[in-house]
Amino acid sequence: MGATTTTDGPVLTVDGKPLKASLAKALRREKLRSFILIAPLLVFILLSFVAPIADMLMRSIDNSIVPDTLPKTVVALKEWDPKSGEAPGEPVYAALADDLKVAVKAKEHTRLGSRLNYDMPGASSLFRQTGREVRKLEDNGDYKGQFLAMDKEWGDVQFWSMLKVLSSEYTPNYFLAALDMKRDASGIHMAPPQERIYLFLFARTVFLSLAITFSCLLLGYPIAWLLANLPARSSNLLMILVLLPFWTSLLVRTSAWKILLQQQGVINDLLVWAHIISDDNRLVMINNQAGTIIAMTHILLPFMILPLYSVMKTISPSYVRAAKSLGANDWTAFWRVYFPQTVPGIGAGSILVFILAIGYYITPELVGGTSGVFISNRIAYHISSSLNWGLAAALGTLLLLVVMVLFVLYDKIVGIDNVKLG
Amino acid sequence: MKMLKTILTTTAAVALASAAMATDLTVVSWGGAYQASQKNAYADPYHAEHPDVNFIWDESSAEAVAKLRAMKEANNLTWDLVDVDAADSFRLCDEGLAMEVDPDKLLAPAPDGTPASEDFGAQLVNSCYIPQIVYSTTFGYRSDVAEWGGKEPSNICDVFDLKTFPGKRALEKRPINNVEWALLCDGVPKDQLYDVLATDEGVERALKKLDTIKDQTVWWSAAAETPQLLADKEVVIGSTYNGRLFSAIAEQKQPIKMLWDAQVFSFDGWIIPAGLPEDRLKAVEDFVKFATDTQRLADQSKYISYGPARASSAPLVGKHATLGIEMAPHMPTDPANSKNVIYYNFEFWADHRDDIDAKFQAWLAK
Repeated sequence: MGATTTTDGPVLTVDGKPLKASLAKALRREKLRSFILIAPLLVFILLSFVAPIADMLMRSIDNSIVPDTLPKTVVALKEWDPKSGEAPGEPVYAALADDLKVAVKAKEHTRLGSRLNYDMPGASSLFRQTGREVRKLEDNGDYKGQFLAMDKEWGDVQFWSMLKVLSSEYTPNYFLAALDMKRDASGIHMAPPQERIYLFLFARTVFLSLAITFSCLLLGYPIAWLLANLPARSSNLLMILVLLPFWTSLLVRTSAWKILLQQQGVINDLLVWAHIISDDNRLVMINNQAGTIIAMTHILLPFMILPLYSVMKTISPSYVRAAKSLGANDWTAFWRVYFPQTVPGIGAGSILVFILAIGYYITPELVGGTSGVFISNRIAYHISSSLNWGLAAALGTLLLLVVMVLFVLYDKIVGIDNVKLG
Repeated sequence: MKMLKTILTTTAAVALASAAMATDLTVVSWGGAYQASQKNAYADPYHAEHPDVNFIWDESSAEAVAKLRAMKEANNLTWDLVDVDAADSFRLCDEGLAMEVDPDKLLAPAPDGTPASEDFGAQLVNSCYIPQIVYSTTFGYRSDVAEWGGKEPSNICDVFDLKTFPGKRALEKRPINNVEWALLCDGVPKDQLYDVLATDEGVERALKKLDTIKDQTVWWSAAAETPQLLADKEVVIGSTYNGRLFSAIAEQKQPIKMLWDAQVFSFDGWIIPAGLPEDRLKAVEDFVKFATDTQRLADQSKYISYGPARASSAPLVGKHATLGIEMAPHMPTDPANSKNVIYYNFEFWADHRDDIDAKFQAWLAK
């Protein structure tokens, strides 16, 4: 492919096309080829990983159950003004009777009751009981009276104004609840102080995860240095010890910490036996934050040591020797020459440990007592116990955002290009 | 040679036929001693009568509600029969995840002909539920605490009395049962508990009472923790399911005694997942009919100290299968133990659980 140059105009290839265009075409083909190579994996990840997670996160705003179950009521409620201070008129109750008859046949009314119960305690039994009596409703032009005779709750202005607020296809309520806020007819306001918990738990989760990351670094750095600098025989043995925890179950390790740390546990017994503490002053090291930090540091330590080790392995010892021969003392040689070269390993290990820590919940549940539990414990509770998946999804989305913000901060301060796994 | 061939082909044919006829029932339960008692009392005898039915046990009852919901959404129901706590059965029934059953059609009558709906009576708490056992959440205490000077707790309010009975307590990390006990010891009469709890002030009052022992309390989330904490002397008194305490007392000979006062009664039983295909449903219904008849429920009490949910089973309760001790005195339903009982209020907790739980967790975190 020779290029002919003319005095004016673009450079052309032999076949008379502009060189630029032909180069772009070749590059495009190259890109397409590599895209086709990764396409199977990409499709697999999208279908099996991204799509389900996106679907789960969508639940944090989805509220279609209300308009789907009570279509006529929702429309009839549009005419009603909560500020009037009076319960809605007959048309709303007639619409409600129609909707409920359909819902009870499809057994949807109790599901709606459970959904409304998140915002209005008591809705669950109201819909369950009303469902049993819907058959008795007569078309006599006074549905309102019949509903009020069933349960006086049906005449409650607050109930109806809340239902009106929840009439739309999408709702911000789950996200607001995850931020300790409430939304009703009067607008958005903070939850009463004795019900605020999530913001506090988010802060605690981040703080404890940072503390765990830091203590992993403190303990892991010297070990990684030893692994990288000892002769192969002893460093292999050490490496086996580092990997050993991966062969025991997480639950076993957590339970072992219980036996070690509790007040009548091994450590306290030893201290009492050695007369370091008296029998009445046994240390409280478990069922609190200390327990969570100790147990999780132990569990996550290998994830810090391995990236550090693989980076330290590549650092040539001649740098430190050179620094020393030029007159640096031990500390200066370490701090000015060796340490900067290990920063990528510290970055990789810290990010790994922090992100793993922030999502832990079994260990905090078992050793954290009341002051050492994480936001993930509440997410697990809402997924598996209370079935409030909307709130769980909102909390999960917020947790994802928190991690992303911290990641961006890390990139600004340290630089993400500085992360190396060896 | 010809003989051998015939034998071989017939055995192969029989093996194939039985393989084609075999049904697998996936039964979900709690694991541990409780699941073993179900296997011994229901599944093994049933398998002896129906060798073509194989039981596959899954120990996911603690997450049954969430998993059933996920299975429904994925349209892939792999469970045939699920053992759940009565409170969970309400949620499964409300969500349309459990099948509604007609007790008199599905369940066997008592030996004297009493229909099942009468024999189970009030235990049939909702239209999806098939109860097996009555269990209680109650307190156990160590009988060798020197600081108590020979006194032993006899009243629920001794749990809140740190002067007479110093030492650590173990309570469940959730409001249910704890707030009832707190109000009871704050002077609320038993019949007004839930009227008080339905108000914000009532919940605050309960939490204020719990505040008095908060710094002396270890909070558990798995029922096995309390017997362990008692055995380790980490706590001197703690709440858990009565069967767990029975194991610690009768099987492990720990110095622990029962405080039956104000025990909270609840039930455990089966639900059949909604939407089973016809053939699997038939197999499940046949097994449930067998597993909940009067004799089978009585048999279960040979292995674990939970009371049978049928009135007609009570007189048949005998001795423990391996320990040989009389089981009646260890039953929560025994007249000597059930002088003062709180019945778990399902409707109330279905309505207020999330609300009170939020307040309780916020209180715990402070």
